[in-house]
Amino acid sequence: MPEDPALIRFLEADGTFAPTPAAERYRAAVDALSDADLETFYRDMAVIRAFDVQATNLQRQGQLALWPPSYGQEAAQVGSARAARPQDHIFPSYREHVVTKIRGVDPIDIIRVMRGLTHGGWDPTDPKNGNTHIYTLVLGSQTLHATGFGMGLVFDGRCGTGDPDRDEAVIVYYGDGASSQGDVHEAMVFAASYQTPEVFFLQNNQWAISVPVSTQSRSPLYKRGEGYGMPSALIDGNDVLASWAVTRAALDEARAGGGPQAIEAMTYRLGAHTTSDDPTKYRPSSEEEAWRRRDPLARMKAFLLTRGASESFFADVDAEADALADDIRTRTNALGGLEADDIFAHVYSEPHPLMDEQRQWLAGYEASFEGGAS
Amino acid sequence: MPLSRAINAGLRASLAGSDRVLLMGEDIGKLGGVFRITEGLQAEFGERRVIDSPLAESGLVGTAIGLALAGFRPVVEIQFDGFVFPAFDQITSQLAKMTNRLEGAVQMPVVIRIPYGGHIGAIEHHQESPEAYFTHTPGLRVVSPSTPNDGYWMIQDAIASADPVIFLEPKSKYWQKGEVDTSARALPLHASRIVRRGTDVTLVGHGAMVTTMLQAAVLAEVEGISIEVVDLRSLSPVDYGPILESVRRTGRMVYAQEAPGFTSLGSEVAATVMERAFYALEAPVLRVSGFDAPFPPAKLEGVFLPDADRILEAVDRSLAY
Ligand SMILES: Cc1ncc(C[n+]2csc(CCOP(=O)(O)OP(=O)(O)O)c2C)c(N)n1
Repeated sequence: MPEDPALIRFLEADGTFAPTPAAERYRAAVDALSDADLETFYRDMAVIRAFDVQATNLQRQGQLALWPPSYGQEAAQVGSARAARPQDHIFPSYREHVVTKIRGVDPIDIIRVMRGLTHGGWDPTDPKNGNTHIYTLVLGSQTLHATGFGMGLVFDGRCGTGDPDRDEAVIVYYGDGASSQGDVHEAMVFAASYQTPEVFFLQNNQWAISVPVSTQSRSPLYKRGEGYGMPSALIDGNDVLASWAVTRAALDEARAGGGPQAIEAMTYRLGAHTTSDDPTKYRPSSEEEAWRRRDPLARMKAFLLTRGASESFFADVDAEADALADDIRTRTNALGGLEADDIFAHVYSEPHPLMDEQRQWLAGYEASFEGGAS
Repeated sequence: MPLSRAINAGLRASLAGSDRVLLMGEDIGKLGGVFRITEGLQAEFGERRVIDSPLAESGLVGTAIGLALAGFRPVVEIQFDGFVFPAFDQITSQLAKMTNRLEGAVQMPVVIRIPYGGHIGAIEHHQESPEAYFTHTPGLRVVSPSTPNDGYWMIQDAIASADPVIFLEPKSKYWQKGEVDTSARALPLHASRIVRRGTDVTLVGHGAMVTTMLQAAVLAEVEGISIEVVDLRSLSPVDYGPILESVRRTGRMVYAQEAPGFTSLGSEVAATVMERAFYALEAPVLRVSGFDAPFPPAKLEGVFLPDADRILEAVDRSLAY
């Protein structure tokens, strides 16, 4: 298939720096990146991959109810997350493990969700979590929340003031499957109507469980953004530089009052949809192999090597990755349980007689077993 | 065979019986659905009969309505209970009322299959019991098989029904085996059934709770309490005949359900039984249910969901009157 001329890419699959014509617009920003910046991108990707592999193993060993792997999608996530400023707001779906980590969320908090200890995981209002909202499992719902948040920013004059250190923006993540949900379309309508400072970041990983993206859309998905009146870009999602540069520009534009922007990142889910899924039932291994050759980490590593990155840098990254994986395993095994009573905590913010009644009933019921036969 | 295979066999029979029957849903084709209920059906009947849809529940149900208007009998699979809500408007405002609004000129033979309920240790939105939303909606029929034999027959009856049917599949029982008699259906779609005879207390419930009630009955027997168990099968309409008959004999009733209790199906059945069998009752009808809180994280589902002990606690309370 011929490549879409709109495609923005800096790094080819073998790591060659060869910007596509559409990438030229972003060239200066990429050229200005320091070696340290570039190494950070690689480090982020490699470390989270180790975490992802560890979490997948933990699920296999019965420690987690479920795991949605991020393996293969690291470049789209790292580039976009590193493009956000500290004051920006992040609305993930449920696979954005590296995005949340970059923003400061402790990966064990994702583990707690997947282990069945909480439905939330972290507090988006706690400064250490970098304005990261919780995972959303009902597909597409978060695009409306992000848009509403963006409306709030507009109403409060928290964007478009011309002060880039203060202006805020929102980035919302969703998938190619989710893009069929009515919520996503309604989010785009509201975003365009109220000119929210928002980036719709679509990770097109080609599959919604077993259904290929061709079932969701006959036209390239980035063009949908255009249909709603948003500037829209198509990037090679396995190129962290393209992801970073385009998201940075889109967020800057949004923050400055330019309204919502859309980005489609072409990437691939190399693993299963979740640990409950068996991709061999629906997709050819040749396709996986072809995408494996476009692995975002290998590409960046080759590029860094041509720029003279040291062996010790890679060794250092590997050590950090191993350490995180070990740390997660240890802390997962150490996670405690829940109190039965937690069922009633936070159902309402204000006192509620039904909660009191049922909490009391449960306490009495549980006490009736104490010292009993069982 | 297990319930999952029984429903699969029932779907196959309906697809073979009429080329107007269509299956639609997310991942139901090549993958055979996330629970593999539709496994092999696309290979057998083709992509126009077993349709892998775009990922949009409102779209699924809304287009099923259009297909029904065009003379088809669509069977929609909702992937998990918690994902039916994006389609809620189409189901409750549109599907349920279409025949009424058209003054009977058009029928709505649409089936919505929903794997529901807890006990699989899943994450949020994968373990809900949304039945009361649907039983509260006039125009919908709501049923739930608890055995493979019922799975096999009830899905075919639901597809044959001229009315929209919400078909609730107790997902924790998908792997539970039982005899399937493919030669004859045991009961009509809307009949309730006494599944175990007893003399002291009547337990009533549906879906996965039927197994739990039977466990409770076995435990109670050890203590010399004889329990009768009624499987509702049809949640709307409710077939009160066997329930009332049973309660008139035992004088006591406990309703058990996974769903929260407040304004639930159990509340409705309890109220009706008290209205119609008041003088036969030795005790008020009691309800055992999930708590009136969101379905908790998996580690607490054992506390949330009624088990045999919780049911027996209510049995004891009933007997203490
Ligand atoms: C409203 C809703 N319907 C169905 C599901 C079940 N489900 C979970 S993930 C998924 C596929 C999502 O694909 P996509 O949006 O492309 O994101 P990806 O998982 O590939 O990252 C489905 C069908 C859900 N979570 N929410």
